[in-house]
Amino acid sequence: MTRQTVSGAMKRRYLKQHLFFGAVRLSAIILTLALGGILFYILVNGIQVISWEFLTSPPTDSMTKGGIMPAILGTLYLTLGAITVALPLGVVAAIYLTEYAKQGKIVRAIRVGVNCLAGVPSVVFGLFGLGFFVVFLKFGSSILAGALTLGIVILPTIIGASEEALKGVPQTFREASLALGVSKWLTIWKIVLPNALPGILTGSILGIGRAAGETAPIMFTAAAFFTAKLPGSIFDEVMALPYHVYVLATAGTHIEQTRPIQYGTVLVLVALVLGIDLIAIVIRSYMRRNKRW
Amino acid sequence: MTRHQKEIIIKNVFFILSLVSILVLGLIVVFLFREGLPVFREVSLRDFIFGMEWYPTYSPPSYGIWPLIVGSLIVTIFSSLIAVPLGVLSAVYISEIAPPAIKEILKSIIELLAGLPSVVLGFFGMVIVAPWLQETFDLPTGLNIINASVILAVMAVPTISSISEDALYAVPNEFKEASYALGATKFETIARIIVPAALSGISTAVILGMARAIGETMVVLMVAGGAAAIPESIFDSVRPMPASIAAEMGEAPFRSGHYHALFATGIVLFLMTLAFNLVADYISQKFKEVGSATL
Repeated sequence: MTRQTVSGAMKRRYLKQHLFFGAVRLSAIILTLALGGILFYILVNGIQVISWEFLTSPPTDSMTKGGIMPAILGTLYLTLGAITVALPLGVVAAIYLTEYAKQGKIVRAIRVGVNCLAGVPSVVFGLFGLGFFVVFLKFGSSILAGALTLGIVILPTIIGASEEALKGVPQTFREASLALGVSKWLTIWKIVLPNALPGILTGSILGIGRAAGETAPIMFTAAAFFTAKLPGSIFDEVMALPYHVYVLATAGTHIEQTRPIQYGTVLVLVALVLGIDLIAIVIRSYMRRNKRW
Repeated sequence: MTRHQKEIIIKNVFFILSLVSILVLGLIVVFLFREGLPVFREVSLRDFIFGMEWYPTYSPPSYGIWPLIVGSLIVTIFSSLIAVPLGVLSAVYISEIAPPAIKEILKSIIELLAGLPSVVLGFFGMVIVAPWLQETFDLPTGLNIINASVILAVMAVPTISSISEDALYAVPNEFKEASYALGATKFETIARIIVPAALSGISTAVILGMARAIGETMVVLMVAGGAAAIPESIFDSVRPMPASIAAEMGEAPFRSGHYHALFATGIVLFLMTLAFNLVADYISQKFKEVGSATL
Protein backbone atom coordinates (compact mmCIF):
# COMPACT_ATOMS: atom_id res chain seq x y z
CA MET A 1 0.00 0.00 0.00
CA THR A 2 1.39 3.35 -0.91
CA ARG A 3 1.33 6.29 1.41
CA GLN A 4 -1.23 7.98 -0.89
CA THR A 5 -3.94 5.33 -0.42
CA VAL A 6 -3.36 5.10 3.31
CA SER A 7 -3.99 8.78 3.82
CA GLY A 8 -6.94 8.55 1.43
CA ALA A 9 -8.51 5.87 3.59
CA MET A 10 -7.80 7.87 6.72
CA LYS A 11 -9.40 10.89 5.14
CA ARG A 12 -12.52 8.92 4.38
CA ARG A 13 -12.67 7.63 7.94
CA TYR A 14 -12.35 11.12 9.32
CA LEU A 15 -14.87 12.46 6.84
CA LYS A 16 -17.39 9.98 8.23
CA GLN A 17 -16.52 11.12 11.71
CA HIS A 18 -17.04 14.76 10.75
CA LEU A 19 -20.44 13.99 9.22
CA PHE A 20 -21.47 12.04 12.28
CA PHE A 21 -20.33 14.72 14.70
CA GLY A 22 -22.20 17.24 12.59
CA ALA A 23 -25.42 15.24 12.86
CA VAL A 24 -24.95 14.79 16.59
CA ARG A 25 -24.35 18.51 17.16
CA LEU A 26 -27.33 19.31 14.95
CA SER A 27 -29.58 17.20 17.17
CA ALA A 28 -28.39 19.15 20.22
CA ILE A 29 -29.01 22.44 18.41
CA ILE A 30 -32.52 21.36 17.37
CA LEU A 31 -33.45 20.51 20.95
CA THR A 32 -32.06 23.81 22.23
CA LEU A 33 -33.95 25.73 19.57
CA ALA A 34 -37.16 23.81 20.32
CA LEU A 35 -37.07 24.73 24.00
CA GLY A 36 -35.83 28.26 23.32
CA GLY A 37 -38.39 28.85 20.60
CA ILE A 38 -41.32 27.64 22.67
CA LEU A 39 -40.29 29.62 25.75
CA PHE A 40 -39.50 32.78 23.78
CA TYR A 41 -42.78 32.64 21.96
CA ILE A 42 -44.80 32.14 25.13
CA LEU A 43 -42.90 34.85 26.96
CA VAL A 44 -43.27 37.46 24.22
CA ASN A 45 -46.99 36.87 23.82
CA GLY A 46 -47.83 36.32 27.45
CA ILE A 47 -45.88 39.06 29.17
CA GLN A 48 -48.14 41.87 27.93
CA VAL A 49 -51.11 40.33 29.69
CA ILE A 50 -49.48 39.74 33.04
CA SER A 51 -50.36 42.29 35.67
CA TRP A 52 -51.05 42.22 39.37
CA GLU A 53 -54.72 42.39 38.56
CA PHE A 54 -54.52 39.45 36.15
CA LEU A 55 -52.96 37.31 38.86
CA THR A 56 -55.27 38.33 41.69
CA SER A 57 -58.76 38.72 40.22
CA PRO A 58 -61.29 36.10 39.11
CA PRO A 59 -62.48 35.77 35.49
CA THR A 60 -65.41 38.00 34.51
CA ASP A 61 -67.82 38.34 31.56
CA SER A 62 -68.09 34.57 30.98
CA MET A 63 -64.31 34.23 31.16
CA THR A 64 -63.56 36.68 28.36
CA LYS A 65 -62.09 39.24 30.76
CA GLY A 66 -60.58 39.37 34.20
CA GLY A 67 -57.85 37.29 35.78
CA ILE A 68 -56.97 33.74 36.70
CA MET A 69 -56.67 33.84 40.48
CA PRO A 70 -59.05 30.91 41.16
CA ALA A 71 -57.09 28.73 38.72
CA ILE A 72 -53.78 29.57 40.39
CA LEU A 73 -55.22 28.77 43.82
CA GLY A 74 -56.81 25.55 42.57
CA THR A 75 -53.52 24.36 41.11
CA LEU A 76 -51.79 25.14 44.42
CA TYR A 77 -54.36 23.15 46.41
CA LEU A 78 -54.22 20.16 44.07
CA THR A 79 -50.43 20.15 43.96
CA LEU A 80 -49.99 20.44 47.73
CA GLY A 81 -52.56 17.68 48.21
CA ALA A 82 -50.76 15.45 45.73
CA ILE A 83 -47.35 15.84 47.35
CA THR A 84 -48.85 15.27 50.82
CA VAL A 85 -50.10 11.91 49.59
CA ALA A 86 -47.14 10.87 47.48
CA LEU A 87 -44.14 12.01 49.53
CA PRO A 88 -44.60 9.82 52.65
CA LEU A 89 -45.71 6.80 50.64
CA GLY A 90 -42.89 7.22 48.12
CA VAL A 91 -40.13 7.70 50.69
CA VAL A 92 -41.30 4.75 52.79
CA ALA A 93 -41.44 2.51 49.73
CA ALA A 94 -37.96 3.64 48.69
CA ILE A 95 -36.59 2.98 52.21
CA TYR A 96 -38.05 -0.51 52.15
CA LEU A 97 -36.66 -1.26 48.69
CA THR A 98 -33.13 0.01 49.40
CA GLU A 99 -32.62 -0.66 53.11
CA TYR A 100 -34.73 -3.66 54.09
CA ALA A 101 -35.71 -5.76 51.11
CA LYS A 102 -33.71 -8.79 50.13
CA GLN A 103 -33.52 -9.29 46.39
CA GLY A 104 -36.26 -11.73 45.52
CA LYS A 105 -39.54 -12.23 43.78
CA ILE A 106 -41.53 -9.78 45.89
CA VAL A 107 -39.06 -6.94 45.49
CA ARG A 108 -38.88 -7.65 41.78
CA ALA A 109 -42.68 -7.51 41.65
CA ILE A 110 -42.74 -4.19 43.48
CA ARG A 111 -40.19 -2.74 41.07
CA VAL A 112 -42.11 -3.94 38.02
CA GLY A 113 -45.25 -2.50 39.60
CA VAL A 114 -43.61 0.89 40.10
CA ASN A 115 -42.27 0.90 36.52
CA CYS A 116 -45.66 -0.03 35.11
CA LEU A 117 -47.38 2.62 37.22
CA ALA A 118 -44.92 5.17 35.84
CA GLY A 119 -45.98 4.17 32.34
CA VAL A 120 -49.74 4.39 32.80
CA PRO A 121 -51.16 7.06 30.43
CA SER A 122 -52.34 10.19 32.21
CA VAL A 123 -55.87 9.88 30.85
CA VAL A 124 -56.10 6.36 32.31
CA PHE A 125 -55.23 7.82 35.71
CA GLY A 126 -58.11 10.21 35.08
CA LEU A 127 -60.46 7.32 34.33
CA PHE A 128 -59.28 5.47 37.42
CA GLY A 129 -59.77 8.56 39.58
CA LEU A 130 -63.27 8.93 38.17
CA GLY A 131 -64.18 5.27 38.69
CA PHE A 132 -62.56 4.91 42.13
CA PHE A 133 -62.41 8.22 44.00
CA VAL A 134 -65.27 10.12 42.39
CA VAL A 135 -67.83 7.35 41.88
CA PHE A 136 -66.94 4.39 44.12
CA LEU A 137 -65.74 6.32 47.19
CA LYS A 138 -68.33 9.05 46.46
CA PHE A 139 -65.89 11.96 46.80
CA GLY A 140 -67.51 13.59 43.78
CA SER A 141 -65.48 15.84 41.51
CA SER A 142 -63.40 17.52 44.20
CA ILE A 143 -60.01 18.71 45.40
CA LEU A 144 -59.71 15.48 47.39
CA ALA A 145 -60.31 13.20 44.39
CA GLY A 146 -58.02 15.27 42.16
CA ALA A 147 -55.21 15.48 44.71
CA LEU A 148 -55.31 11.72 45.36
CA THR A 149 -55.25 11.00 41.62
CA LEU A 150 -52.33 13.37 41.07
CA GLY A 151 -50.58 11.85 44.09
CA ILE A 152 -50.71 8.45 42.39
CA VAL A 153 -49.45 9.98 39.14
CA ILE A 154 -46.29 11.31 40.81
CA LEU A 155 -45.73 8.39 43.21
CA PRO A 156 -43.31 6.53 40.86
CA THR A 157 -41.26 9.72 40.35
CA ILE A 158 -40.87 10.15 44.12
CA ILE A 159 -40.01 6.48 44.68
CA GLY A 160 -37.39 6.55 41.90
CA ALA A 161 -35.74 9.75 43.09
CA SER A 162 -35.74 8.69 46.76
CA GLU A 163 -34.23 5.32 45.87
CA GLU A 164 -31.42 7.02 43.95
CA ALA A 165 -30.79 9.35 46.89
CA LEU A 166 -30.72 6.50 49.43
CA LYS A 167 -28.42 4.41 47.26
CA GLY A 168 -26.08 7.39 47.06
CA VAL A 169 -25.41 7.30 50.81
CA PRO A 170 -22.16 5.35 51.26
CA GLN A 171 -22.47 1.90 52.78
CA THR A 172 -19.72 2.77 55.29
CA PHE A 173 -22.04 5.31 56.97
CA ARG A 174 -24.49 2.53 57.78
CA GLU A 175 -21.76 0.14 58.88
CA ALA A 176 -20.21 2.72 61.22
CA SER A 177 -23.57 3.35 62.86
CA LEU A 178 -24.48 -0.34 63.16
CA ALA A 179 -21.03 -1.09 64.58
CA LEU A 180 -21.73 1.35 67.40
CA GLY A 181 -24.72 -0.77 68.35
CA VAL A 182 -27.36 1.55 66.91
CA SER A 183 -30.47 -0.26 65.74
CA LYS A 184 -31.27 -0.53 62.07
CA TRP A 185 -34.24 1.81 62.21
CA LEU A 186 -32.32 4.46 64.17
CA THR A 187 -29.46 4.19 61.68
CA ILE A 188 -31.87 4.87 58.84
CA TRP A 189 -33.59 7.68 60.73
CA LYS A 190 -30.50 9.47 62.06
CA ILE A 191 -27.82 8.64 59.48
CA VAL A 192 -29.20 7.51 56.13
CA LEU A 193 -32.23 9.78 55.75
CA PRO A 194 -30.50 13.09 56.65
CA ASN A 195 -27.76 12.35 54.14
CA ALA A 196 -30.27 11.40 51.46
CA LEU A 197 -32.52 14.37 52.16
CA PRO A 198 -31.28 16.75 49.44
CA GLY A 199 -31.78 14.06 46.80
CA ILE A 200 -35.25 13.22 48.09
CA LEU A 201 -36.05 16.92 48.11
CA THR A 202 -34.98 17.32 44.49
CA GLY A 203 -37.16 14.38 43.47
CA SER A 204 -40.16 15.72 45.35
CA ILE A 205 -39.78 19.17 43.80
CA LEU A 206 -39.71 17.59 40.34
CA GLY A 207 -42.83 15.65 41.36
CA ILE A 208 -44.54 18.89 42.38
CA GLY A 209 -43.69 20.41 38.99
CA ARG A 210 -45.17 17.41 37.25
CA ALA A 211 -48.35 17.52 39.33
CA ALA A 212 -48.85 21.22 38.69
CA GLY A 213 -48.71 20.76 34.93
CA GLU A 214 -50.88 17.66 34.50
CA THR A 215 -54.28 18.10 32.87
CA ALA A 216 -55.79 14.75 31.97
CA PRO A 217 -55.79 13.25 35.50
CA ILE A 218 -57.83 16.17 36.89
CA MET A 219 -60.22 16.62 33.97
CA PHE A 220 -62.82 14.18 35.34
CA THR A 221 -61.80 14.25 38.99
CA ALA A 222 -61.44 17.84 40.17
CA ALA A 223 -61.32 20.53 37.54
CA ALA A 224 -64.23 22.86 36.99
CA PHE A 225 -64.89 24.88 33.86
CA PHE A 226 -65.68 27.88 36.01
CA THR A 227 -66.44 28.40 39.68
CA ALA A 228 -67.98 31.61 40.92
CA LYS A 229 -66.56 31.33 44.41
CA LEU A 230 -63.39 29.91 45.86
CA PRO A 231 -63.48 26.37 47.24
CA GLY A 232 -64.65 26.14 50.85
CA SER A 233 -63.67 22.53 51.55
CA ILE A 234 -61.76 19.65 50.01
CA PHE A 235 -65.02 18.34 48.60
CA ASP A 236 -65.44 21.34 46.28
CA GLU A 237 -64.48 21.48 42.63
CA VAL A 238 -61.71 23.87 41.66
CA MET A 239 -60.43 25.62 38.58
CA ALA A 240 -56.85 24.72 37.65
CA LEU A 241 -54.30 26.40 35.40
CA PRO A 242 -53.73 23.58 32.89
CA TYR A 243 -57.44 22.88 32.52
CA HIS A 244 -58.15 26.60 32.18
CA VAL A 245 -55.73 26.78 29.24
CA TYR A 246 -57.41 23.82 27.60
CA VAL A 247 -60.91 25.15 28.14
CA LEU A 248 -60.16 28.64 26.84
CA ALA A 249 -58.21 27.37 23.84
CA THR A 250 -60.69 24.76 22.66
CA ALA A 251 -64.13 24.88 24.21
CA GLY A 252 -64.97 28.54 24.56
CA THR A 253 -67.24 30.43 22.22
CA HIS A 254 -64.77 33.32 22.13
CA ILE A 255 -61.56 31.47 21.33
CA GLU A 256 -59.98 34.29 19.34
CA GLN A 257 -61.18 36.98 21.71
CA THR A 258 -59.66 35.29 24.77
CA ARG A 259 -56.32 34.60 23.07
CA PRO A 260 -54.45 37.13 25.27
CA ILE A 261 -55.82 35.51 28.44
CA GLN A 262 -54.73 32.13 27.07
CA TYR A 263 -51.20 33.36 26.50
CA GLY A 264 -51.11 34.90 29.96
CA THR A 265 -52.35 31.67 31.59
CA VAL A 266 -49.84 29.59 29.63
CA LEU A 267 -47.03 31.91 30.71
CA VAL A 268 -48.05 31.68 34.38
CA LEU A 269 -48.26 27.88 34.14
CA VAL A 270 -44.89 27.54 32.39
CA ALA A 271 -43.22 29.97 34.80
CA LEU A 272 -44.64 28.02 37.74
CA VAL A 273 -43.67 24.56 36.46
CA LEU A 274 -40.26 25.40 35.02
CA GLY A 275 -39.52 27.64 38.01
CA ILE A 276 -40.12 24.63 40.26
CA ASP A 277 -37.96 22.42 38.02
CA LEU A 278 -35.17 25.00 37.96
CA ILE A 279 -35.13 25.13 41.77
CA ALA A 280 -34.66 21.35 41.78
CA ILE A 281 -31.89 21.52 39.18
CA VAL A 282 -30.05 24.26 41.11
CA ILE A 283 -30.31 22.39 44.43
CA ARG A 284 -28.95 19.29 42.76
CA SER A 285 -25.96 20.93 41.12
CA TYR A 286 -25.20 22.77 44.39
CA MET A 287 -25.35 19.43 46.20
CA ARG A 288 -23.03 17.76 43.73
CA ARG A 289 -20.45 20.48 44.12
CA ASN A 290 -20.54 20.37 47.92
CA LYS A 291 -20.62 16.64 48.34
CA ARG A 292 -19.00 15.59 51.58
CA TRP A 293 -18.15 12.06 50.52
CA MET B 1 -41.69 -3.97 73.58
CA THR B 2 -38.16 -5.05 72.94
CA ARG B 3 -35.94 -3.35 70.45
CA HIS B 4 -36.08 -6.37 68.21
CA GLN B 5 -39.87 -6.42 68.11
CA LYS B 6 -39.92 -2.75 67.25
CA GLU B 7 -37.55 -3.33 64.37
CA ILE B 8 -39.73 -6.11 63.01
CA ILE B 9 -42.86 -3.99 63.26
CA ILE B 10 -41.21 -1.10 61.39
CA LYS B 11 -39.95 -3.43 58.71
CA ASN B 12 -43.38 -4.95 58.16
CA VAL B 13 -45.19 -1.62 58.12
CA PHE B 14 -42.73 -0.35 55.51
CA PHE B 15 -43.19 -3.51 53.49
CA ILE B 16 -46.96 -3.10 53.45
CA LEU B 17 -46.73 0.56 52.48
CA SER B 18 -44.33 -0.26 49.68
CA LEU B 19 -47.00 -2.52 48.20
CA VAL B 20 -49.18 0.55 47.53
CA SER B 21 -47.87 0.87 43.96
CA ILE B 22 -48.89 -2.69 43.13
CA LEU B 23 -52.17 -2.20 44.95
CA VAL B 24 -52.93 0.92 42.92
CA LEU B 25 -52.01 -0.86 39.71
CA GLY B 26 -54.43 -3.62 40.72
CA LEU B 27 -57.15 -1.10 41.54
CA ILE B 28 -56.65 0.60 38.18
CA VAL B 29 -57.28 -2.72 36.46
CA VAL B 30 -60.30 -3.51 38.65
CA PHE B 31 -61.98 -0.16 38.16
CA LEU B 32 -61.25 0.10 34.44
CA PHE B 33 -62.85 -3.30 33.97
CA ARG B 34 -65.72 -2.57 36.34
CA GLU B 35 -66.71 0.52 34.37
CA GLY B 36 -65.60 -0.72 30.96
CA LEU B 37 -66.81 -4.31 30.64
CA PRO B 38 -70.56 -3.48 30.58
CA VAL B 39 -70.12 -2.13 27.05
CA PHE B 40 -69.76 -5.70 25.85
CA ARG B 41 -73.43 -6.24 26.58
CA GLU B 42 -74.07 -3.96 23.62
CA VAL B 43 -71.20 -4.84 21.29
CA SER B 44 -68.98 -7.87 20.82
CA LEU B 45 -65.29 -7.65 21.62
CA ARG B 46 -64.48 -8.21 17.97
CA ASP B 47 -66.80 -5.46 16.74
CA PHE B 48 -65.51 -3.13 19.44
CA ILE B 49 -61.83 -3.53 18.54
CA PHE B 50 -62.15 -3.93 14.77
CA GLY B 51 -65.34 -1.95 14.16
CA MET B 52 -64.75 0.85 11.68
CA GLU B 53 -67.40 3.20 12.98
CA TRP B 54 -67.16 5.31 16.11
CA TYR B 55 -70.57 6.99 16.42
CA PRO B 56 -71.20 6.73 20.16
CA THR B 57 -73.95 9.37 20.26
CA TYR B 58 -76.04 8.14 17.33
CA SER B 59 -79.08 5.99 17.84
CA PRO B 60 -78.42 3.19 17.54
CA PRO B 61 -74.83 3.99 18.55
CA SER B 62 -71.87 2.17 17.07
CA TYR B 63 -68.82 1.57 19.18
CA GLY B 64 -65.99 0.59 16.83
CA ILE B 65 -62.62 1.89 17.99
CA TRP B 66 -60.43 0.65 15.12
CA PRO B 67 -60.04 4.19 13.72
CA LEU B 68 -58.96 5.38 17.17
CA ILE B 69 -56.42 2.56 17.53
CA VAL B 70 -55.04 3.30 14.06
CA GLY B 71 -54.87 7.00 14.97
CA SER B 72 -52.88 6.23 18.11
CA LEU B 73 -50.49 3.91 16.28
CA ILE B 74 -49.90 6.33 13.41
CA VAL B 75 -49.01 9.35 15.53
CA THR B 76 -46.82 7.14 17.71
CA ILE B 77 -44.91 5.75 14.73
CA PHE B 78 -44.42 9.13 13.06
CA SER B 79 -43.37 10.82 16.28
CA SER B 80 -40.85 8.00 16.87
CA LEU B 81 -39.38 8.61 13.42
CA ILE B 82 -38.52 12.10 14.65
CA ALA B 83 -37.84 11.44 18.32
CA VAL B 84 -35.64 8.33 18.09
CA PRO B 85 -32.82 9.86 15.99
CA LEU B 86 -32.99 13.13 17.93
CA GLY B 87 -33.04 11.40 21.30
CA VAL B 88 -30.30 8.86 20.61
CA LEU B 89 -27.99 11.32 18.83
CA SER B 90 -28.33 13.89 21.60
CA ALA B 91 -27.58 11.17 24.14
CA VAL B 92 -24.42 10.21 22.22
CA TYR B 93 -23.44 13.86 22.10
CA ILE B 94 -23.96 14.32 25.84
CA SER B 95 -22.24 11.16 26.98
CA GLU B 96 -19.36 10.90 24.47
CA ILE B 97 -18.60 14.12 22.68
CA ALA B 98 -19.75 17.30 24.40
CA PRO B 99 -17.35 19.30 26.59
CA PRO B 100 -18.38 19.24 30.28
CA ALA B 101 -19.93 22.74 30.34
CA ILE B 102 -22.13 22.12 27.28
CA LYS B 103 -23.02 18.71 28.64
CA GLU B 104 -24.45 20.19 31.83
CA ILE B 105 -26.39 22.87 29.94
CA LEU B 106 -27.81 20.37 27.46
CA LYS B 107 -28.88 18.02 30.24
CA SER B 108 -30.75 20.89 31.89
CA ILE B 109 -32.35 21.81 28.56
CA ILE B 110 -33.60 18.27 28.10
CA GLU B 111 -34.88 18.18 31.65
CA LEU B 112 -36.78 21.44 31.16
CA LEU B 113 -38.17 20.11 27.88
CA ALA B 114 -39.43 17.09 29.82
CA GLY B 115 -40.96 19.45 32.35
CA LEU B 116 -43.05 21.43 29.88
CA PRO B 117 -46.70 20.66 30.67
CA SER B 118 -48.40 18.76 27.86
CA VAL B 119 -51.21 21.29 27.66
CA VAL B 120 -48.63 24.01 26.92
CA LEU B 121 -47.16 21.97 24.07
CA GLY B 122 -50.66 21.30 22.80
CA PHE B 123 -51.41 25.01 22.91
CA PHE B 124 -48.20 25.75 21.02
CA GLY B 125 -49.17 23.20 18.36
CA MET B 126 -52.61 24.77 18.03
CA VAL B 127 -51.68 28.42 17.74
CA ILE B 128 -48.28 28.21 16.00
CA VAL B 129 -47.68 24.95 14.19
CA ALA B 130 -51.25 24.48 12.92
CA PRO B 131 -51.69 27.87 11.16
CA TRP B 132 -48.19 27.55 9.69
CA LEU B 133 -48.87 24.05 8.32
CA GLN B 134 -52.22 25.17 6.96
CA GLU B 135 -50.74 28.09 5.04
CA THR B 136 -47.55 26.42 3.87
CA PHE B 137 -49.19 23.29 2.50
CA ASP B 138 -52.55 24.87 1.67
CA LEU B 139 -54.54 22.45 3.83
CA PRO B 140 -58.11 22.56 5.09
CA THR B 141 -56.75 22.23 8.66
CA GLY B 142 -53.35 22.31 10.34
CA LEU B 143 -54.59 20.03 13.11
CA ASN B 144 -53.41 16.71 11.71
CA ILE B 145 -51.09 13.71 11.97
CA ILE B 146 -47.90 15.57 11.14
CA ASN B 147 -48.57 18.33 13.66
CA ALA B 148 -49.40 15.87 16.44
CA SER B 149 -46.33 13.76 15.59
CA VAL B 150 -43.94 16.72 15.77
CA ILE B 151 -45.30 17.89 19.13
CA LEU B 152 -45.38 14.33 20.52
CA ALA B 153 -41.77 13.94 19.43
CA VAL B 154 -40.86 16.93 21.61
CA MET B 155 -42.42 15.06 24.54
CA ALA B 156 -40.76 11.73 23.78
CA VAL B 157 -37.23 13.02 23.14
CA PRO B 158 -36.35 13.70 26.81
CA THR B 159 -37.37 10.15 27.81
CA ILE B 160 -35.37 8.57 25.00
CA SER B 161 -32.38 10.84 25.49
CA SER B 162 -31.98 10.52 29.24
CA ILE B 163 -32.41 6.73 29.39
CA SER B 164 -30.09 6.22 26.38
CA GLU B 165 -27.52 8.47 28.03
CA ASP B 166 -27.56 6.33 31.18
CA ALA B 167 -27.02 3.24 29.04
CA LEU B 168 -24.13 4.81 27.11
CA TYR B 169 -22.58 6.06 30.32
CA ALA B 170 -22.63 2.54 31.78
CA VAL B 171 -20.46 1.09 28.99
CA PRO B 172 -17.12 0.20 30.64
CA ASN B 173 -14.19 2.43 29.79
CA GLU B 174 -11.95 -0.51 28.88
CA PHE B 175 -14.12 -1.07 25.80
CA LYS B 176 -13.31 2.39 24.49
CA GLU B 177 -9.66 2.13 25.43
CA ALA B 178 -9.31 -1.21 23.65
CA SER B 179 -10.94 0.25 20.55
CA TYR B 180 -8.72 3.32 20.50
CA ALA B 181 -5.67 1.14 21.07
CA LEU B 182 -6.52 -0.72 17.87
CA GLY B 183 -6.48 2.57 16.00
CA ALA B 184 -10.22 3.13 15.63
CA THR B 185 -11.44 6.68 15.26
CA LYS B 186 -13.83 8.15 17.79
CA PHE B 187 -16.73 7.69 15.37
CA GLU B 188 -15.83 4.06 14.77
CA THR B 189 -15.57 3.47 18.50
CA ILE B 190 -18.98 5.02 19.08
CA ALA B 191 -20.71 3.30 16.17
CA ARG B 192 -19.20 -0.18 16.49
CA ILE B 193 -18.38 -0.50 20.19
CA ILE B 194 -20.23 1.87 22.49
CA VAL B 195 -23.65 1.97 20.85
CA PRO B 196 -23.83 -1.83 20.33
CA ALA B 197 -22.77 -2.37 23.96
CA ALA B 198 -25.52 -0.01 25.14
CA LEU B 199 -28.11 -1.33 22.70
CA SER B 200 -30.38 -2.96 25.29
CA GLY B 201 -30.60 0.28 27.25
CA ILE B 202 -31.21 2.27 24.10
CA SER B 203 -33.99 -0.14 23.06
CA THR B 204 -35.58 0.28 26.47
CA ALA B 205 -35.38 4.04 26.01
CA VAL B 206 -37.04 3.88 22.60
CA ILE B 207 -39.85 1.65 23.85
CA LEU B 208 -40.52 3.86 26.87
CA GLY B 209 -40.46 6.93 24.61
CA MET B 210 -43.05 5.29 22.35
CA ALA B 211 -45.16 4.34 25.36
CA ARG B 212 -45.07 7.96 26.43
CA ALA B 213 -46.22 9.07 22.97
CA ILE B 214 -49.06 6.55 22.71
CA GLY B 215 -50.44 7.47 26.13
CA GLU B 216 -50.04 11.23 25.85
CA THR B 217 -53.42 12.89 26.03
CA MET B 218 -53.48 16.68 25.86
CA VAL B 219 -51.31 16.98 22.75
CA VAL B 220 -53.39 14.62 20.63
CA LEU B 221 -56.57 16.08 22.09
CA MET B 222 -55.61 19.57 20.99
CA VAL B 223 -53.66 19.10 17.76
CA ALA B 224 -54.59 15.78 16.11
CA GLY B 225 -57.80 17.20 14.66
CA GLY B 226 -60.26 14.69 16.06
CA ALA B 227 -61.56 12.88 12.96
CA ALA B 228 -62.49 9.29 13.84
CA ALA B 229 -61.64 7.85 10.43
CA ILE B 230 -58.77 5.90 8.92
CA PRO B 231 -56.41 8.58 7.54
CA GLU B 232 -55.21 8.54 3.95
CA SER B 233 -52.29 10.94 4.22
CA ILE B 234 -50.14 12.50 6.92
CA PHE B 235 -52.10 15.72 6.48
CA ASP B 236 -55.36 14.06 7.58
CA SER B 237 -56.86 14.47 11.03
CA VAL B 238 -57.03 11.53 13.43
CA ARG B 239 -58.63 10.84 16.78
CA PRO B 240 -56.22 8.78 18.91
CA MET B 241 -57.68 6.84 21.85
CA PRO B 242 -56.64 9.24 24.66
CA ALA B 243 -58.11 12.19 22.74
CA SER B 244 -61.41 10.41 22.33
CA ILE B 245 -61.62 9.53 26.03
CA ALA B 246 -60.69 13.02 27.24
CA ALA B 247 -62.95 14.84 24.80
CA GLU B 248 -66.06 12.73 25.26
CA MET B 249 -66.05 11.70 28.92
CA GLY B 250 -67.44 15.08 29.98
CA GLU B 251 -70.50 14.68 27.75
CA ALA B 252 -71.18 10.97 28.09
CA PRO B 253 -74.14 10.36 30.42
CA PHE B 254 -73.14 8.50 33.60
CA ARG B 255 -73.00 4.73 33.06
CA SER B 256 -74.44 4.97 29.56
CA GLY B 257 -73.16 2.77 26.75
CA HIS B 258 -70.94 5.65 25.66
CA TYR B 259 -69.45 6.01 29.17
CA HIS B 260 -68.69 2.27 29.33
CA ALA B 261 -67.25 2.35 25.81
CA LEU B 262 -64.82 5.11 26.83
CA PHE B 263 -63.67 3.09 29.84
CA ALA B 264 -63.26 0.05 27.57
CA THR B 265 -61.12 2.22 25.26
CA GLY B 266 -59.12 3.06 28.40
CA ILE B 267 -58.61 -0.69 28.98
CA VAL B 268 -57.22 -1.12 25.45
CA LEU B 269 -54.93 1.88 25.92
CA PHE B 270 -53.81 0.68 29.35
CA LEU B 271 -53.03 -2.83 28.08
CA MET B 272 -51.04 -1.45 25.15
CA THR B 273 -48.85 0.77 27.34
CA LEU B 274 -48.55 -2.01 29.91
CA ALA B 275 -47.23 -4.30 27.16
CA PHE B 276 -44.71 -1.64 26.10
CA ASN B 277 -43.53 -1.23 29.69
CA LEU B 278 -43.25 -4.96 30.37
CA VAL B 279 -41.21 -5.46 27.19
CA ALA B 280 -38.94 -2.57 28.18
CA ASP B 281 -38.55 -4.04 31.66
CA TYR B 282 -37.82 -7.50 30.24
CA ILE B 283 -35.15 -6.17 27.88
CA SER B 284 -33.44 -4.13 30.57
CA GLN B 285 -33.41 -7.11 32.95
CA LYS B 286 -32.41 -9.75 30.44
CA PHE B 287 -29.56 -7.77 28.94
CA LYS B 288 -28.53 -6.01 32.12
CA GLU B 289 -24.97 -4.73 31.85
CA VAL B 290 -23.28 -6.23 34.87
CA GLY B 291 -19.82 -5.25 33.70
CA SER B 292 -17.40 -6.24 31.02
CA ALA B 293 -17.83 -9.92 31.81
CA THR B 294 -21.23 -10.08 30.12
CA LEU B 295 -19.97 -9.21 26.69
